Amino acid sequence: MITIYNLTKIYKGNTVLNIEHLEIQKGKSFGLVGNNGAGKTTLFSTLLDLIQPTTGYVENNGIKVNESEEWKSITSAFIDETFLIGYLTSEEYFYFIGELRGQKRPDVDALLSKFEDFFHGEILGQKKYLRDLSKGNQKKVGIVATLIGNPEVIILDEPFANLDPTTQIRLKKIIKELSANPNTTILISSHDLIHVTEVCERIVVLDKGVVVKDLVTSEETLKELEGHFNK
Amino acid sequence: MFKHFIILQWKSFWRSASLTSGLFMKLFIGFWAIWVIVMVVSGGIGAYFFIEENLNLDPLDTINRFLIYWFIFNLLLRYALQKMPVINIKPLLLLPFKKKKIVSFAFGKTIFSFFNIIHTFFFIPFSIVLIQNEYPVLNVLLWNIGLVALIYCNNFLNIILNKKDNLIFIIGGVLAVFGTLQYLEYFDITTYTTPFFTTLYQIPFLSIVPVITLILLWIISFRSFTKDLYLDAGLASKTNTVKTENLDWLNRFGKTATFLKNDIKLIKRNRRARSTIIVSFLFLFYGLLFFTGAVETYDGPIWRIFAAIFITGGFLLGFGQFVPSWDSSYYPLMMTQNIRYKEYLSSKWWLMVIATLVSTVLASGYLYFGWEVYLVIVVAAIYNIGVNSHIVLWAGAYVKTPIDLASNKYAFGDKQAFNMKTMMLAFPKMALPMLLYAIGYYAYSPYLGYALVAIAGIAGFAFKDAVFSKIERIYKTEKYKTLAAYKQTK
Repeated sequence: MITIYNLTKIYKGNTVLNIEHLEIQKGKSFGLVGNNGAGKTTLFSTLLDLIQPTTGYVENNGIKVNESEEWKSITSAFIDETFLIGYLTSEEYFYFIGELRGQKRPDVDALLSKFEDFFHGEILGQKKYLRDLSKGNQKKVGIVATLIGNPEVIILDEPFANLDPTTQIRLKKIIKELSANPNTTILISSHDLIHVTEVCERIVVLDKGVVVKDLVTSEETLKELEGHFNK
Repeated sequence: MFKHFIILQWKSFWRSASLTSGLFMKLFIGFWAIWVIVMVVSGGIGAYFFIEENLNLDPLDTINRFLIYWFIFNLLLRYALQKMPVINIKPLLLLPFKKKKIVSFAFGKTIFSFFNIIHTFFFIPFSIVLIQNEYPVLNVLLWNIGLVALIYCNNFLNIILNKKDNLIFIIGGVLAVFGTLQYLEYFDITTYTTPFFTTLYQIPFLSIVPVITLILLWIISFRSFTKDLYLDAGLASKTNTVKTENLDWLNRFGKTATFLKNDIKLIKRNRRARSTIIVSFLFLFYGLLFFTGAVETYDGPIWRIFAAIFITGGFLLGFGQFVPSWDSSYYPLMMTQNIRYKEYLSSKWWLMVIATLVSTVLASGYLYFGWEVYLVIVVAAIYNIGVNSHIVLWAGAYVKTPIDLASNKYAFGDKQAFNMKTMMLAFPKMALPMLLYAIGYYAYSPYLGYALVAIAGIAGFAFKDAVFSKIERIYKTEKYKTLAAYKQTK
């Protein structure tokens, strides 16, 4: 689904990303781990054509992301709060994203009703603007908004951060359900090794922009990851 | 201790996104600042001779007469334009600073604001001329001190008023009512206020009154700000209960409606955006300076077009220059969604067109000065819609200053609305219609001038698609730079 060719990003002589070749299969859940500054967010930003790579390119469903915009209709992402419109209420935001993705209001409502558990009564009908919600609740809105319109590629940067334990468990369930769908490719980054090994079928470890491990998740994976980061 | 604050300020100023962005911008702003100062200084010197020789009135008396309007208008202008004292307060709270120090520094900063300093450039030259013309030195000096104290009273009044949203409309309304009454010669408020300002001069030590008022206002605002230095008081974000709005009636605009609905919410719910409406309303009255003959330099026929462009184009100029900066805080979202730039742009364009039309209708009050005056306004409106709306969007595509919409949440937050830069960038857009009008006016008659400007406006429509495509290309080529610039929030 997503293929990376000779991708490098150099900031003032510092190589922050250097991936020769990486292919992410369709329908898989893909996890990205690494310490701060490993290049996780930079990689996701290049996938979304928000950052221009120094060399190389990214293909999403066979489309070069920096040349055509066709990939946008099948891709959704939540990287940080710059993906939220602060002066809208949650409902308005969901409907806005829905309209952009060609979804009628009843479709959006139907989707939202599936996430009542996840929202825990703190999102819908709150009479608050998104900017006034807590960080955790903002994240819930952002994550659910990426699911509007059945995108084929979903990119979530640190989805577990800032969420309370209950919501983390619910989110894991949601991600597992999504990855059961053979048409949905899901990309996640996280600092939490346990969460990632639980929900991702494949895990890539980035260190200073370079892929140092590429694992198919098994029972040994968590140990191996802990061993790697405990060096 | 102040040293630390000053160093912090210094760094935040020089490292801010808007300043690091371009040398050209700095030079441009510097140039206009000097120009404004020169104009004000020569105004101060010129006022004396102008009033004495042309109007045969006593200069000091005349100035005293209009001071009340000066002060109220100044207060309004401050409310719309002056930045509130901002320092990044939260991280300072736990450090070993006295809270009073933090507040005094924030207030101290406002003392050097443009809105305070600029008056000095008028009153000092004016007073020097007064003294040269044998007005008693001590009286003039103390009169000055009184006025300076009053200016700073405004400064603190503004700080206090900024906490209340509606008060300013009342003050603005009062100003408009008294102004109109005086113009129509029904009631002259200045007969009651002039004696106050005159006594400041005649009984010199009465200047103590404004000084005491100033001290009181300082204490009041100081106390209220010190008291509010808690996370759940002044530093808390104001959360109002709000309603979800659907604005379904806009769906008739088709695909543009998606963005139009958002833009209307943007303006309604963010003070920074809302102030463009207030400023454009104030600009409706800008024409009074020209068409009443109040300012002699503006009597030339060419200036009429200049005034009319501002009367109908206040919103267009204030809002349009910051497209797409209004969306800066969620620009990455916009860039990853399947958005047609043309639909996005045309939403902003429609907003500007609607605002211009509304201003034109509201400006029908100018019919009082004769139908020809209104004709100028209509012609300018056509030009604004046809030409300026495109130019403004085009220029905006290069402006990469992020706008922090949420900044109005804090009592100490950046409450200001709209800045001087915006207006300065607007002046070049006036040159072409003035030139067109001048050609018509001097070649044949004023009507040919109007016709030329109107034709240019109508012709502008033909280029709408071409300009939109051009802007789209700019958006695409500048995409990464814009994203990077918007990342800096200040």
